[in-house]
Amino acid sequence: MTDPQDPPPRRTPLTGVHERLGATLTSFAGWQMPLRYGSETAEHNAVRTAAGLFDLSHMGEIAVTGSGAAAALDYALVGQPSALAPGRARYTMICAPDGGILDDLIVYRLAEDEFLVVANAANTEVVFRELEARAGADGLGSRHAQVTDLTDDYALIALQGPSAARILAPITDADLTAVKYYASYPATVAGCRLLLARTGYTGEDGFELFARPQDASPLWEALTAAGAADGLIPAGLAARDTLRLEAGMPLYGNELGPDVTPYDAGLGRVVKLGKPGGFVGRAALAKRAEAEPECELVGLAGQTRRIPRHGYPVLWDGVATGTVTSGAPSPTLGRPIAMAYVEADVARQARQAGEEGKPGRLAVDIRGSAEPAVLMPLPFYHRLRHRPA
Amino acid sequence: MTTVPEELQYTAEHEWTAIEGSAATVGITDHAQNALGDVVYVSIPAPGTKVTAGEPCGEVESTKSVSDLYSPVDGEVTEVNPEIEENPGLINSDPYGAGWLFKVALPASDGELPPGLLSAAEYEDLIRDDA
Repeated sequence: MTDPQDPPPRRTPLTGVHERLGATLTSFAGWQMPLRYGSETAEHNAVRTAAGLFDLSHMGEIAVTGSGAAAALDYALVGQPSALAPGRARYTMICAPDGGILDDLIVYRLAEDEFLVVANAANTEVVFRELEARAGADGLGSRHAQVTDLTDDYALIALQGPSAARILAPITDADLTAVKYYASYPATVAGCRLLLARTGYTGEDGFELFARPQDASPLWEALTAAGAADGLIPAGLAARDTLRLEAGMPLYGNELGPDVTPYDAGLGRVVKLGKPGGFVGRAALAKRAEAEPECELVGLAGQTRRIPRHGYPVLWDGVATGTVTSGAPSPTLGRPIAMAYVEADVARQARQAGEEGKPGRLAVDIRGSAEPAVLMPLPFYHRLRHRPA
Repeated sequence: MTTVPEELQYTAEHEWTAIEGSAATVGITDHAQNALGDVVYVSIPAPGTKVTAGEPCGEVESTKSVSDLYSPVDGEVTEVNPEIEENPGLINSDPYGAGWLFKVALPASDGELPPGLLSAAEYEDLIRDDA
């Protein structure tokens, strides 16, 4: 239930478009967002087989600029943005001093002294405040860094799917064969100047377009028209969630949170303990890197049609051993899938006992009924990799 | 557009029932399937099960949520839709037709409708606020 005291949800530059398309809108992280336009399963399948168009304007965009920007981000984040070449991007995280994850981020280095940090909508304010506080707190002269919340200055549209490049090529001046994965370029699409990035959250090839708000509607229309013959359809947050789950990508608030370190989430690789200089959370994370993990993030596949959902207990021989963080029916696999934190011991035993792919002692407590589940390697879905077309 | 057929009876929990003589057919409304999204699993009471009006008797799961199924009427389940387990998407594509869930034999009555059901007009009023 929405608290009557809550401010009304924010509208993106495309909310009117979604309403005209008859989308089911939902309140998400303070924004009114399209949950689905028709069948979320059809939207999911379109992204896997053709392409889907997403409004992601709720995501936070925070600019970090100035001669001290790189040093400030090296100090504020667990990764090493200073090592990024201009034009490249990286998945990273911002942690609390105790190593807990405050948000997962994509950092784009737009120029030597210019970075764009993309944060989850629910965390944008926290990330902005932390970046501001941490810039200049490192004693390395990164006072020369400006942190600016540009969320309202950007509409973000994602074009995702195997046909994305083919749809985009005729309406952009960018040479898409030269646009690498996790890279961004200033470009023109359908006459609109924007930042074109080859990133996404679906497990497919695709692009994210950071555009001016006033260009959002014409861009959406132009992309819709360009993709119609290829089967492009608009896709909502419901499809985005099942797509990222199949791709084994964590979601803040589900797999990630302030009581989870990157190591707990199996993402220790994003922590650059060896980078020069200190960073917030370094001591706690260095200690955590040495320790034996108590829990492990695993993939599960349900053996029945009932769906393991967020918060449901995972059972080993009938005894609770962990908790489901995300679960959904997988349109691609045709069965329920889930990610869950389980005791590391149990994960090891299950693997050793050949539980991977075979029903046995693992189950999920689905509203009082122990439904058998099997361990699955993550990701559940891996696209066939082609050279960018 | 959500449809609410005139000839059916409804519950506040978004089930419909079609009553013919002493037999009631039960399903969920167009409005409900719209709100749920793609239905991926249903659990419905087996034939022989006694159901009670207003009591949960099963579950409907969609991609994003799970909700209880309430029986609109008292009686005994006589038949379940044989297609529905394999193809729960029928609830989305044809909620008042091929997506029916189960049939109930009503206790002997003098031809009166079971109490507590909503007419199409009353149900439309109820869901107007949800839209």
